[in-house]
Amino acid sequence: MARLPRVTATAPQREGRLPAVDEITSSNGSLRGFLHGLPGVDQVGVEGRAADLGTRSIKTTAKAFAIDLAIQMIDLTTLEGADTPGKVRALCTKAMHPDPMDPSVPTVAAICVYNDLVGIAKEALGSSGIKVAAVATAFPSGRASRAVKLQDTRDAVDAGADEIDMVIDRGAFLSGRYLEVFDEIVAVKEACGAAHLKVILETGELQTYDNVRRASWLAMLAGGDFIKTSTGKIQPAATPPVVLTMLQAVRDYREATGIQIGVKPAGGLKNTKDALKMLVMVNETVGSDWLDPDWFRLGASSLLNDLLMQRTKLATGRYSGTDYFTLD
Amino acid sequence: MGTPFDYAPAPESRAVVDLKASYGLFIDGDFSEAAGGGAFKTISPSSEEVLAEVAEAGAADVDRAVKAARTAYTRTWSRMGGRERGKYLFRIARLIQERSRELAVLETLDNGKPIKESRDVDVPLAAAHFFYHAGWADKLGYAGLGPDPRPLGVAGQIIPWNFPLLMLAWKIAPALAAGNTVVLKPAETTPLTALLFAEICQQADLPSGVVNILTGAGETGRALVEHPDIDKIAFTGSTEVGKLIQRAAAGTDKRVTLELGGKAANVIFDDAPIDQAVEGIVRGVFFNQGHVCCAGTRLLVQESVVDEVVHSLKRRLATLRLGDPLDKNTDIGAINSSTQLARIREMSQVGEDEGAIRWSAPCDLPDRGFWFPPTVFTGVSQAHRIAREEIFGPVLSVLTFRTPKEALEKANNTPYGLSAGVWTEKGSRILWMASHLRAGVVWANTFNHFDPASPFGGYKESGFGREGGRHGLAAYLKEQS
Repeated sequence: MARLPRVTATAPQREGRLPAVDEITSSNGSLRGFLHGLPGVDQVGVEGRAADLGTRSIKTTAKAFAIDLAIQMIDLTTLEGADTPGKVRALCTKAMHPDPMDPSVPTVAAICVYNDLVGIAKEALGSSGIKVAAVATAFPSGRASRAVKLQDTRDAVDAGADEIDMVIDRGAFLSGRYLEVFDEIVAVKEACGAAHLKVILETGELQTYDNVRRASWLAMLAGGDFIKTSTGKIQPAATPPVVLTMLQAVRDYREATGIQIGVKPAGGLKNTKDALKMLVMVNETVGSDWLDPDWFRLGASSLLNDLLMQRTKLATGRYSGTDYFTLD
Repeated sequence: MGTPFDYAPAPESRAVVDLKASYGLFIDGDFSEAAGGGAFKTISPSSEEVLAEVAEAGAADVDRAVKAARTAYTRTWSRMGGRERGKYLFRIARLIQERSRELAVLETLDNGKPIKESRDVDVPLAAAHFFYHAGWADKLGYAGLGPDPRPLGVAGQIIPWNFPLLMLAWKIAPALAAGNTVVLKPAETTPLTALLFAEICQQADLPSGVVNILTGAGETGRALVEHPDIDKIAFTGSTEVGKLIQRAAAGTDKRVTLELGGKAANVIFDDAPIDQAVEGIVRGVFFNQGHVCCAGTRLLVQESVVDEVVHSLKRRLATLRLGDPLDKNTDIGAINSSTQLARIREMSQVGEDEGAIRWSAPCDLPDRGFWFPPTVFTGVSQAHRIAREEIFGPVLSVLTFRTPKEALEKANNTPYGLSAGVWTEKGSRILWMASHLRAGVVWANTFNHFDPASPFGGYKESGFGREGGRHGLAAYLKEQS
């Protein structure tokens, strides 16, 4: 279910800062000029700030709140060549009942699968309200013709996907063909129809934080509803400074346009501490408007069980063994 | 920013600190009462709670401490090989690490600074200074001061209240590494970590008299400075007191190094990484409640980006968490004393009266204790007093410039010269600025970062002499060719 980007009344809009998108994208040179005109990102500074936010001490009630929120933000993911209908059905059951012994545990936001398994997931999830996200556009490399990428997208949408996670053409981006990347996102967005579009930047291949900021803006200008760090197939993935840079981008974009864009770190989020660090960054960089599964997601698989273990520990004061939490 | 994600209190436990009701003077390896029986109270600035009573050293105590230091110098410390001295310094450094939580909590209680800073900055850096100088102790012949440089003798050292333990480390570590003995006076509002350090010296079996700690106020300091058997005076504090010390030492053969006030320029060019520059501004002036001599209190922003920078800065300042310094999520702690708070209030009023525009971060101040919200003055010019005088609090003055030349001229247009910051993505401009700024430390795309290997010290009214690095050793050694 696509949501139109929401214009938040409280957003401090600073009109007139951003030229019209048509103007920015009138040529590759113009788009390059815009992206390279964004303020630089100092590597030492952004890493230092992310590390500093990582020292926040989240305890008791705050921890309970954050754990439940993190569970609700999870895109529970399986993206393996060995995925089967059985595996996907099992994952869907887990998504609906993360802890079968404790009905107070909220459900996750979505299931994320390859597009041939979308139908299976839709059927398994039924009316649970949990979304189905499909990776598309020749995921994870993105190395295919545009026709194939668009067909890939349409296949997923036709199968009932609520959300499409596309990859950008990193080759085009790194060689400076920004307009090509832009046009492709626009075309995929169109192919998405009513489905919600997440644009994967694959920040591990973009390497620099300047590139992360530029790619974030490129994806937002092209109409992505979400910007997502990684495919999960490349390391490093959702590192705190990368996510911080992307959060700054969505904050600045909303200030400039009034349009709110979501953020999805994916890959490398293993435990509760990782998730809490992400939520602290959201809280202190973009604020509570993004503390909502509609605007912030966590792409992960093993993270869920660690959140459940910490949740039980918080409630009972004791750690339970891994056998007390279900495999998916 | 209202948020459902409120951080629950996360207080560091006080139980790790064993506060005594009263503390004596540390002379010749033992604690003793002041000869005159004088004592004063030290309070926690965040709650005004009395923490302990501390002996007040008079002239007789100073004399006894200097004699102990002299004896330790001639009989033990100056005769000991560098490698042996190094072992003691390594031992002290390790003990600081082992007792780091205790030191951090005590520092936060006595000073009012947030535990996250005492835990992550003050205490680790203090240990680092001892480790660094421990390494120098047997390599002094390679310090560029001749093959066998000699210690000076007995050093009288006076330190301020803003980084009590860290300033102690900056003073004691190089002095001891070079073979001197010391008599150190901590500030009257923050004596406790120095006294805990005295316990660490005992624990390390440091020979008696090598380190002596005298608590007291200005009169104690004066007696120390004027004592005839002191060979070296090292002072960190206000320019006003620095001048008094310089006068007192004139005509004697005492060597002097002074690390005094500052009014540092933090220069933001239009091609700066804005988000990180904003963090640098925060770190530059709101770190340690602005009680930092090298604080970046004059923000010079290129006119073309001033709106963006000030907007981003205010948004960021609104997220700072002010309150209980022992809470691990506190960013801004208490002002160290009521005297200092009065000074900050007075200077802020001057800023308003002179027509600058005052903005303070929206935060509730606790009822008890000494508090001041992070405050920004815009529309400030070089002619405003708040752009000239050191405030030593969480108060920033924002000025603008048009060209690099103007930025440089304005940055240098101050009686001080301790530090400066430059923010630009252009490497050549960093180098040009750094070579023309008259400041002891120039930070590029960062601010308020310290390392024991990097010399620190000032120009003009910010003092003279360097602390840290090879240059810092020169302040405690006689060159021998």
